[in-house]
Amino acid sequence: MSILVVTEQRGGAWNRMSFETLAAAQQFEKPVHAAVIGTGIETLAQELAGYQLEAVHAVSHPLLEHYTADGYSLALRQLIEKVSPELVLFPHTYQVRDFAPKLATSLNRVLVSDVVARHGDVFVRQLFQGKINADIRFTGEPPFFASLQAGAWRADQTVAGSAPVVPFTPELKPEQIRVKPLDIFREAERAVDLGAAEIIVSVGRGIKEADNLPVVQKLAEVLGAEMAASRPICDNGWMPMERQVGSSGQTVAPKMYIAVGISGAIQHLVGMKGSRTIVAINRDPEAPIFEVADYGIVGDLFEVVPALIEEIRKVK
Amino acid sequence: MMKIVVVIKQVPARDSFLRVDPGGAWIQESDLNYEINEPDAYALEAGLQLKEKSGGEVVVVSTGPARVASTIREALAKGADRAIHIEQEDVAGAGPLATARVIASALETEKPDLILTGLQSDDFGYGQTGVILAELMGLPHATIIMNVEVNGASLRLKRELENGYFQHVEMPLPALLTMQSGSNKLRYATLMGIKKAKTKEVRTIAGVQPEGAGTSIRIERVYMPGSSKQSQIFDGPPREAAAKLVEKLKFEARVL
Ligand SMILES: Cc1cc2nc3c(=O)[nH]c(=O)nc-3n(C[C@H](O)[C@H](O)[C@H](O)COP(=O)(O)OP(=O)(O)OC[C@H]3O[C@@H](n4cnc5c(N)ncnc54)[C@H](O)[C@@H]3O)c2cc1C
Repeated sequence: MSILVVTEQRGGAWNRMSFETLAAAQQFEKPVHAAVIGTGIETLAQELAGYQLEAVHAVSHPLLEHYTADGYSLALRQLIEKVSPELVLFPHTYQVRDFAPKLATSLNRVLVSDVVARHGDVFVRQLFQGKINADIRFTGEPPFFASLQAGAWRADQTVAGSAPVVPFTPELKPEQIRVKPLDIFREAERAVDLGAAEIIVSVGRGIKEADNLPVVQKLAEVLGAEMAASRPICDNGWMPMERQVGSSGQTVAPKMYIAVGISGAIQHLVGMKGSRTIVAINRDPEAPIFEVADYGIVGDLFEVVPALIEEIRKVK
Repeated sequence: MMKIVVVIKQVPARDSFLRVDPGGAWIQESDLNYEINEPDAYALEAGLQLKEKSGGEVVVVSTGPARVASTIREALAKGADRAIHIEQEDVAGAGPLATARVIASALETEKPDLILTGLQSDDFGYGQTGVILAELMGLPHATIIMNVEVNGASLRLKRELENGYFQHVEMPLPALLTMQSGSNKLRYATLMGIKKAKTKEVRTIAGVQPEGAGTSIRIERVYMPGSSKQSQIFDGPPREAAAKLVEKLKFEARVL
């Protein structure tokens, strides 16, 4: 089965998840092709040429200078027609979420999104925010499309080698690009750098109400920890945005991360799963947070956290 | 005056304890409660706010079995003007392309200016139905939208990117947007709204799968994921569990 890996770059800088996808493809099957898309991508294409690949396709056109779903889908469709891969693999990034389903649909195919594992012909993806796994099989004719979840394969397992760079200029017309991308910006400078914290106590929707937050704040105090939160807590304004951990917040890797009333959706996990010791407190024994936890307590946080504070005080 | 279609989905309530069928074909649905998919609630809120600002109509569309009617009624009670219920039993097996095809054919005669939907569903989480629908209908789209501004025949949007970044984009109408959770405050249905909803039109049509669905995907089996780590999980009385945990943290992990 031949594979085409679609990498991701912005302004000449890689999205590092590209290399996780490259590593996965190299483990899956041969031959593996890789594509890099944009303008001024010669250096990036040369870098890809240092891996064990069949070819590196440098997809370039003035209309591809900035990412658009229209431009990327049209260009990749033409590349797929040229290369005829059986499997097209993407990193499951925000950008891929934006164009890959459109691309697959234009070829009358379905993308299997956010894949976490592959066994033979079966691709595994998660349902219900990580609570259930599903084995999925493609039916019908290739090409098949799949995007791979962040962290599911390891970028450091790519195999070096050498590959030719093949330039590819798609046919694109300005009127085909309907969306106009404008400025990229950040809302506010971050006053809190959670990256420096040794211990983080993080709170999720299990806390129910803003008025209950002191329960968890007390735990942070006895541990000398920084407070953090899952996204819904920050969306509600219960904690400042700058304390949000996850794909749209900060990435942290403290010595200890204590997740209280957090379910463990992948967008949260990517921001904290590099922590050295992970502790989870949740009343649902099947909550996905327990899958990454080193230690956990199944129970009601309103009973468990006060008990934990008392026990910590005894040993400190 | 805009015609806004909001595509919503009913999913198992967020705090559900899920169990897999003995055969592993699907989850046990009999004892579940259902609610509107969270990002879809934000799509509905955005649609209602746009209507309040510039006038027009909000039409709610949902696919699924008879139980979906309760979620549709709730959307009408919050202020949607009318609804289309595409009745379909096996939503689980359909996959995002099949679902989008059914919705696209139901919308053929509607000709909306703007279609809004949540960025993904909390059950399947494909995150694709909206984007596929746009492609099938020949509309431009944008995903993970935090804010929508209508300027005549075009839109100015705030998109979320990774790591705390955002991007402004502009696009012409008609268009489709997938909305992110948390960007607005959700309204509650008023008593008046609930009363009015009873008289609003709900058109129920049969979800017929159009020909030529092409390659699809098949869910072979569902199961509980295993742990990727050697986790030590304590339960039982909170005090005992807490004591055990603290001992481990002090003497094994050495983080206390
Ligand atoms: C594009 C995108 C980006 C996102 N970015 C982020 C991000 O950066 N960070 C982030 O966190 N999320 C992010 N999310 C949202 C993410 O998908 C989840 O919705 C979110 O993380 C859920 O937060 P939660 O775990 O606090 O809430 P829930 O999923 O509602 O979980 C609450 C948990 O509390 C438990 N609980 C309830 N009551 C109690 C009790 N009394 N005692 C103990 N436990 C209890 C429940 O069992 C449940 O597991 C993003 C989503 C998308 C689509």
